Amino acid sequence: MNWTVIQQSLPEFAQGFKLTLWLSFVGIIGAIIVGIISSLSQYFRVPVVGKIVGAYVEIARNTPLLIQLFFLYYAFPVMGIKMAAQTCGIIGLIFLGGAYMAEGFTGGFNGVSKSQLDSGRALGMSDFQLARYIVFPQGFALSMPALAANIIFLIKETSIFSVIAIPELTNTALDLIGMYYQSNEYLFVLVVAYAIILIPLIVFLTWLERRVRYGTFGD
Amino acid sequence: MAEEILKVEHLDKYYGDWQALHDINFSINKGEVVTLLGPSGSGKSTLIRTLNGLESYRKGTIYFQGKKVDPNPKEWQALRQKIGMVFQSYDLFPNLTVMDNILLAPTKVQGRDKEEVRKEALALLDRVELRKHADSYPRQLSGGQKQRIAIVRALAMHPELMLFDEVTASLDPEMVRGVLKIIKELSDQDHMTMIIVTHEMNFAAKIADKVLFLEKGKILEETPGKQFFDHPQTDRAAEFLNSMDF
Amino acid sequence: MAHSGINVLFEGTNFARLMGGLWTAVWIAAISLIIGLALGTILGMLRTLHNRVIRFILLMYLEFFRIVPTVVLLFLAYYILPRQFNVNWPATWMAVLAFSLWVSAEFSDIVRGALESIPVHQRESGLALGLNQWQLFRYVLLPQAIRLELPATINLATRVIKTTSLLLMISIMDVINVGQQIIEANNQNYPTGVFWVYGLIFILYFIIDYPLSRWAKHLTAKQKY
Repeated sequence: MNWTVIQQSLPEFAQGFKLTLWLSFVGIIGAIIVGIISSLSQYFRVPVVGKIVGAYVEIARNTPLLIQLFFLYYAFPVMGIKMAAQTCGIIGLIFLGGAYMAEGFTGGFNGVSKSQLDSGRALGMSDFQLARYIVFPQGFALSMPALAANIIFLIKETSIFSVIAIPELTNTALDLIGMYYQSNEYLFVLVVAYAIILIPLIVFLTWLERRVRYGTFGD
Repeated sequence: MAEEILKVEHLDKYYGDWQALHDINFSINKGEVVTLLGPSGSGKSTLIRTLNGLESYRKGTIYFQGKKVDPNPKEWQALRQKIGMVFQSYDLFPNLTVMDNILLAPTKVQGRDKEEVRKEALALLDRVELRKHADSYPRQLSGGQKQRIAIVRALAMHPELMLFDEVTASLDPEMVRGVLKIIKELSDQDHMTMIIVTHEMNFAAKIADKVLFLEKGKILEETPGKQFFDHPQTDRAAEFLNSMDF
Repeated sequence: MAHSGINVLFEGTNFARLMGGLWTAVWIAAISLIIGLALGTILGMLRTLHNRVIRFILLMYLEFFRIVPTVVLLFLAYYILPRQFNVNWPATWMAVLAFSLWVSAEFSDIVRGALESIPVHQRESGLALGLNQWQLFRYVLLPQAIRLELPATINLATRVIKTTSLLLMISIMDVINVGQQIIEANNQNYPTGVFWVYGLIFILYFIIDYPLSRWAKHLTAKQKY
């Protein structure tokens, strides 16, 4: 391991690091929004939309991000839709992540116990009131573990952006390896960079999960 | 002539092909207490849930305060504001304080004034000796306390009829008495009309104006409370009573 | 859209070549799963032991694979093994190695979770019947654990299959890599070929993964009741 090589590469990795964080952030926020809207449309069984969303979730979850990106980046221009690589990356991540988030929220909503719904109904609540006061608060708490897992998953998926030459972390490492052949050093920095992002995040999300769970269910 | 609160005529309920309730007929007058007794699986819980629209039924008619119930979700939702129900699993809302549990439905469903309901809730909490827990969360309460809160939560809606579905079944024995005492008081002091599913025979004997004895989804006998425990009309009911600990 | 772009799929041996590429991806996934599940079962059992050192080491092993993206795992195997350890396997075996270790880490957690969720009284009543540790494991714990872990295992398999899309990054001739070559070779005659080739690959992955994820969902729903 050559520390000088590592040191010299740090400015470039810092750029990649920032880009990975930024793309992850935008993608995850977008995925959460798409996920919430999707799961709500399924929860309320909105005619037509609910079905379309169901199909979207299955398609996005059962195909690889890489081929989704290739489609956006290489095949869409044939149809006259040209987008920058980073735009494709973000759209791809939101497309994939939205489906995972939708599954997570739907799982949470469905996890709310039937007896809680019965007791809400017995108090005369309408379907909307049941959703507003029982299903959502408890369902969001129940979907926290899935939300946390999806956030970690999506950050790792940004590494696939390197195939459409977005200069995020993994792409930075590959570029450097291609130029200077110091694979040990650059891969080491790469792994450390992901660890720096993910370890604190995992710790934080685990803590948050417990807090929300305790705040909502008391156990 | 006493006012009739609820009447059930020729009610059949199916789960798929399986018939859970067979030709149920009975009625309950204002201030009366009816208990549903019978072995487990006899359909008591199914029947009481049907009376609150939580289970659908295929045939028959339910009348509430003399009016035929049109069994659609909207109508049941409106009726449930007048028919309170308490469940075995208490099911307080875990994310709300005791007070918010009580306030939720009267303010959001009935649109009543929050301060007025709060005053009333505090008085009810006094009655069940839990006023000091108004700001606690359900997780800080024992099972018996939760169940007393669940009763208060239902009463805050000003129901005309209360349904109790095995409300003491998951409580520790020492908690049972407190809950039953409250139900007894509701009958004695408030003359609340109640339908009760229970396995507490002593309690049923004390409180029931009328007993419906069910087996396999049928009402085998309908007998005035005291008489049922002294002289049941059917052999099955006699057998059942013999098998229960008093 | 060009009238007959779809024909690019059937030009010459293109379709057969794509299927050949798919096969490469499928067998890499299959072998990685077999090795990974076997290794993961052992690691998962070890993680239920009371030895703290073993549990800590295995937890670190799992966390490593949780943190490092699979693409990076592939590069680690692809660059480090030959240069550092003089292991000069073909790229496909490097991929199998990286995938197997990844699967074993993920599966060890599934196995641990399943074993730990079997109620203690099951273990106790087995011992009370005079079963020894191995018999207890073989006849009581394992059958129950397998039932519990099946949906998660199927989901893991769908993830491995999707992850084979990354194989082209270490120059393996998988279906996407073959697709890229076909697109480039036919770019003159079929300018819309890219749409059809990637479209087909998209559908192929869906056809393989969708039934599996339906099955997993079905099993999960059944276990709830």
